[in-house]
Amino acid sequence: MLPEAIAAMTEELARLGNPSSLHNAGRRARRVVEESREQIAEVFGARASEVIFTSGGTEADNLAVKGLFWARRTADERRTRLLTTAVEHHAVLDSVRWLADTEGACADWLRVDSAGAVTPEVLRSALECDPASTAMVSVMWANNEVGTVQPVPALAAVAHEFGVPFHTDAVQAAGQLEVNFGTCGADALTVTGHKIGGPVGAGALILGRGVNLVPVLHGGGQERDIRSGTLDAPAIRAFAVAAEISAHRRVSEAVRLAALRDDLIRQVLAAVPDAILNGPPAGPDRLPGNAHFSFPGCEGDALLLLLDARGIACSTGSACTAGVAEPSHVLLAMGADEERARGSLRFSLGHTTTQADVDALGACIGEAVARARRAAAR
Amino acid sequence: MGLRVLAAMSGGVDSATAAARAVDAGHDVTGVHLALSQNPQSYRSGARGCCTLEDARDARRAADVVGIPFYVWDMAERFKQDVVDDFVAEYAAGRTPNPCLRCNEKIKFAAVLDRALALGFDAVCTGHYARIDGDGALNRAADPGKDQSYVLAVLTRDQIAHAMFPLGDTPKAQVREEARDRGLLVADKPDSHDVCFIADGDTRGFLARQLGSAPGRIVDQDGTVLGQHDGAYGFTIGQRKGLRVDRPAPGGQPRYVLSIEPVTKTVTVGPVSGLEVSEITAERPVWTGCAPPREPVECDVQLRAHGEVHPCVAWLAGDDVRIQLRAPARAVAAGQAAVLYRGDTVLGSGTISAVR
Repeated sequence: MLPEAIAAMTEELARLGNPSSLHNAGRRARRVVEESREQIAEVFGARASEVIFTSGGTEADNLAVKGLFWARRTADERRTRLLTTAVEHHAVLDSVRWLADTEGACADWLRVDSAGAVTPEVLRSALECDPASTAMVSVMWANNEVGTVQPVPALAAVAHEFGVPFHTDAVQAAGQLEVNFGTCGADALTVTGHKIGGPVGAGALILGRGVNLVPVLHGGGQERDIRSGTLDAPAIRAFAVAAEISAHRRVSEAVRLAALRDDLIRQVLAAVPDAILNGPPAGPDRLPGNAHFSFPGCEGDALLLLLDARGIACSTGSACTAGVAEPSHVLLAMGADEERARGSLRFSLGHTTTQADVDALGACIGEAVARARRAAAR
Repeated sequence: MGLRVLAAMSGGVDSATAAARAVDAGHDVTGVHLALSQNPQSYRSGARGCCTLEDARDARRAADVVGIPFYVWDMAERFKQDVVDDFVAEYAAGRTPNPCLRCNEKIKFAAVLDRALALGFDAVCTGHYARIDGDGALNRAADPGKDQSYVLAVLTRDQIAHAMFPLGDTPKAQVREEARDRGLLVADKPDSHDVCFIADGDTRGFLARQLGSAPGRIVDQDGTVLGQHDGAYGFTIGQRKGLRVDRPAPGGQPRYVLSIEPVTKTVTVGPVSGLEVSEITAERPVWTGCAPPREPVECDVQLRAHGEVHPCVAWLAGDDVRIQLRAPARAVAAGQAAVLYRGDTVLGSGTISAVR
């Protein structure tokens, strides 16, 4: 968390007030929330009234996918089809699956290329075959595992040609890429605080004013009656502070991270020549802070253990409920086989990452891979 | 200088305390939970104590309290091949396997130990109750009620050299107390028992699902047919109850399962005297407490987990070990381990293949 966000949150925690209350303390808290709303709207190119605060990205994705599906199907019962990709975050993926399993939805998975990208042509042909049945389209802005940046404005434009609402999960993109709700054309867009230096527990669905959506949470009618629940003024204020700072620093930080990331890729490939960079090549189609490799002949969790012991934190993707590392659904959707998917690691770079961190990885990755290969060969 | 130690953490009180003791001893300890079930939910009910989702979480929480890194290793495929499938195949072959022993032999001190050594660890630490003496031999635990040397005796000297059993010198009650003092919330968790991969404890039902119906005859020692059964795997040597034999034995003596013949699926029953065994052949012996005895040696043999010991003479006979009991033992089942002890020290071990 950014120190400025911690300071803002701490200051606000010491004050009392429910932003829904009419008394003086409530009015003060309300002002904090509304100023934060305006700040966040400005950062993401939206109107203040389009910002619906949530508890984070997962809730915002659930609200967008379920809420849009329910509203569209209520308006026309033929609309049961959900168009999305198999590389989405689980918040979207599992919401779509749940709707398919229990609510009569039909999930249609858009094909992604070997870099994890979905093209406007793929979306167009999926919509053309039966536009009247389509409830909504959801495609993430940038992939959290392999860093693929999707052509969101072009995809949103195609969806609109067919009169279908478009949602994008921009959780990973925010703070690293320019995310502008107004110009990107999406009807709904997910952001969250903790990915941009704000607190865990505050996020937002940015939702166009004319877009109909059925709420998931019912209650006091806060947030345009779309998301009931007492607002967390301290977390929202810290989210807004972090959003402003990260927007201010975004361009220079993206340049810095991209340079570090390029050096990381260079050092890893120099130490392990047969490592495979997953996702798009370094450039505008890839998140600046993301590098993701497959190390043939290694098991990702063995490599993670070895690097963790040397103070390098990385990730193998996801783990099942028992904690067993599972092959990444993203890599499998991109056409990787299970063995390659299991031998993969993601390195994320952020505002605390330095050249020394990259050099430390470069110094030990070769030996770690060699050791993990010996362990896998047994 | 401490060793790099991989602590296998089941989620129970013993392995958690063992890991904590390894840390106290100055070792660099990493915790690992072995995911052994291919479908963890299916094993969720029943507190078997090692492969449910709750156990994985308990292990992680214990590692946090001890303050060590923690990972989950997926050993489900190896466990199914080497332990579950072996268990079923052994029953199908008319023998009585010990899956805990097989798990130690093939999983904890083979697959896990190999991977640990390859990743740069020096030893695998578990919460087993056994001791390793200065000569590198396996010894019984100080707590005779908890002693697990029988299910570890299958390990080779090399495996023992890379094993660490920090609880071997401590009574179980004291381990529970220590766990509580250390703030390990698993201190009051019940002991694991029975076969971990049979959640409901119904071994016969499990085998029936795996092996299906395989009807055969129940005969007496003269070959007279006394009844029918649905599968010889439902019987163990020495079993008395549930024989489903209509006719009473002459003289009203109880009948016991004396032998199981897997090819014809014939179960032979008879009087208790038919269970007496005085000579045992055990195959694939390992010798960790003495040199392979080319001449007969005086020692004791234990023939089942938590069973009594029998004075005997044992010697190497070709690839096998031959064991002559001083006094007959009852109900000795092929497939179980015969573990030779001198005092508390394990001399060697083999798998019982024939009895006389």
